[in-house]
Amino acid sequence: MANESFEPKIVGFLCRWCSYTGADLAGTSRIQYPPNLAAIRVMCSGRVDPTFVVKALRDGADGVLIAGCHPGDCHYAEGNYKAMRRFPMLLNLLDQFGIERERVRLEWISASEGDLFAQLVKQFTEQLRKLGPLNWQERIEALCTNL
Amino acid sequence: MAKPKVAFYWCASCGGCEETVVDLAEDILKVVAAVDIALWPVAIDIKLKDVQAWKPGDVAVAFINGAVRLSEQEEWVKLLREKCSLIVAFGSCAHIGGIPGLANATTKEQIFANKYHLSPTINNPNGTVPQEHSKVDNYDLELPFFWKDVKTLDQVIDVDYYLPGCPPPPNLVAEAVNAILEGKLPPKGSVLAPEKALCESCPRNETKPDDLTIASFKRVSTSTPDPEKCFLAEGYLCMGPATRSGCGERCINGNMPCRGCFGPTPDALDAGLKLLSAIASRGKADTTESSQVLADSLADPLGTLYRFSLPASLLRRRLVDLHENS
Ligand code: SF4
Ligand code: SF4
Repeated sequence: MANESFEPKIVGFLCRWCSYTGADLAGTSRIQYPPNLAAIRVMCSGRVDPTFVVKALRDGADGVLIAGCHPGDCHYAEGNYKAMRRFPMLLNLLDQFGIERERVRLEWISASEGDLFAQLVKQFTEQLRKLGPLNWQERIEALCTNL
Repeated sequence: MAKPKVAFYWCASCGGCEETVVDLAEDILKVVAAVDIALWPVAIDIKLKDVQAWKPGDVAVAFINGAVRLSEQEEWVKLLREKCSLIVAFGSCAHIGGIPGLANATTKEQIFANKYHLSPTINNPNGTVPQEHSKVDNYDLELPFFWKDVKTLDQVIDVDYYLPGCPPPPNLVAEAVNAILEGKLPPKGSVLAPEKALCESCPRNETKPDDLTIASFKRVSTSTPDPEKCFLAEGYLCMGPATRSGCGERCINGNMPCRGCFGPTPDALDAGLKLLSAIASRGKADTTESSQVLADSLADPLGTLYRFSLPASLLRRRLVDLHENS
């Protein structure tokens, strides 16, 4: 499946207080990172319903990044703990659905960690390139046709 | 005036939905007085060719139970769609896939391997596997084709209404039959049950906590729940918060957490994910490690969160590569 020319599509749910600002900082500081991530600004990583992640994967994403403030730093006190608790359960579930757990990541990025954000996107993109496309729609259609 | 005709049909099902019709008890006499039963394989002998001879609209309504897995079931439900004015998906399996839908957690190949070769109770020295076509003593025999995937009824034909439940409770069935006879049906596509979540009608609702203190889940197979407390308060996974009400709290009253047979509430795109979000976000864990412990204590999340709704869920089935699956 590994394919050097494959460009993974990543959907990133970034909390507006920390991670989105961190991503912004990466941009304004002109730190280079791959253009594979489409950032979606959310109020809090705790607002990222597992349904969003699953919908992104269904609708064509090869990977999903959920990023929020470091534990203890949540603007709403404990939204990121919610994200933290849902995450391993979601991964266990995706496993059973035959979707590799490496396709979904939860990371803590503060507003000042622009360089960390850039590194992360770079590393995640490489990881997904190795995994290959998810191609959920096409693969599920092939499985569901009656032959 | 001739009585309206109704049909009952079954696909991949257990027979429990037939039982619920019998469970109408005396009410069944009213039904029989009001309608003619044109088809009911469990009780009367009607052949495919008889149904093929019906004219479209001859039969007012077909109640079809069971998920759809075989070519024969597809043929029958398509035929009934053509001949009947209304189609009601009857019971969890037709509505959202039901227990037979759990087969979507595996593959046809694995099912056949277990069923005909690997299971310890199998004695099959010649490795015989059912074939669609075979010849026995010069007779050509045919069996229906077993699909790769289990489907809900509305993934195969257009469905007018849904009667949820495993099986649907007799009072909902009676109400649905009356609504049809009196022409007082809600908009097409409606689920003929209340919209609220089960928690709202649950007798244990008072003890339902706002914040859960579950550090790891308990299982009913290894411990006994308190007969009065909310299951979630005690650490048992209960599908009540994401499941439609109207069942009469049958499981709850039997000291069993809800397993979700009525399907998701109208606001939930996916009952399993909705519940996962609700329980996991409010569990008791504040480190990566303790979150992992909480998650791992829920053995088989797919089978638990989608016990009745896998084919109707957002992800539908286990994804496998076709070469693994051919
Ligand atoms: S979670 Fe279950 S036991 Fe608790 S109130 Fe809801 S339906 Fe009842
Ligand atoms: S409690 Fe849940 S599983 Fe039991 S009958 Fe009601 S809806 Fe179905």
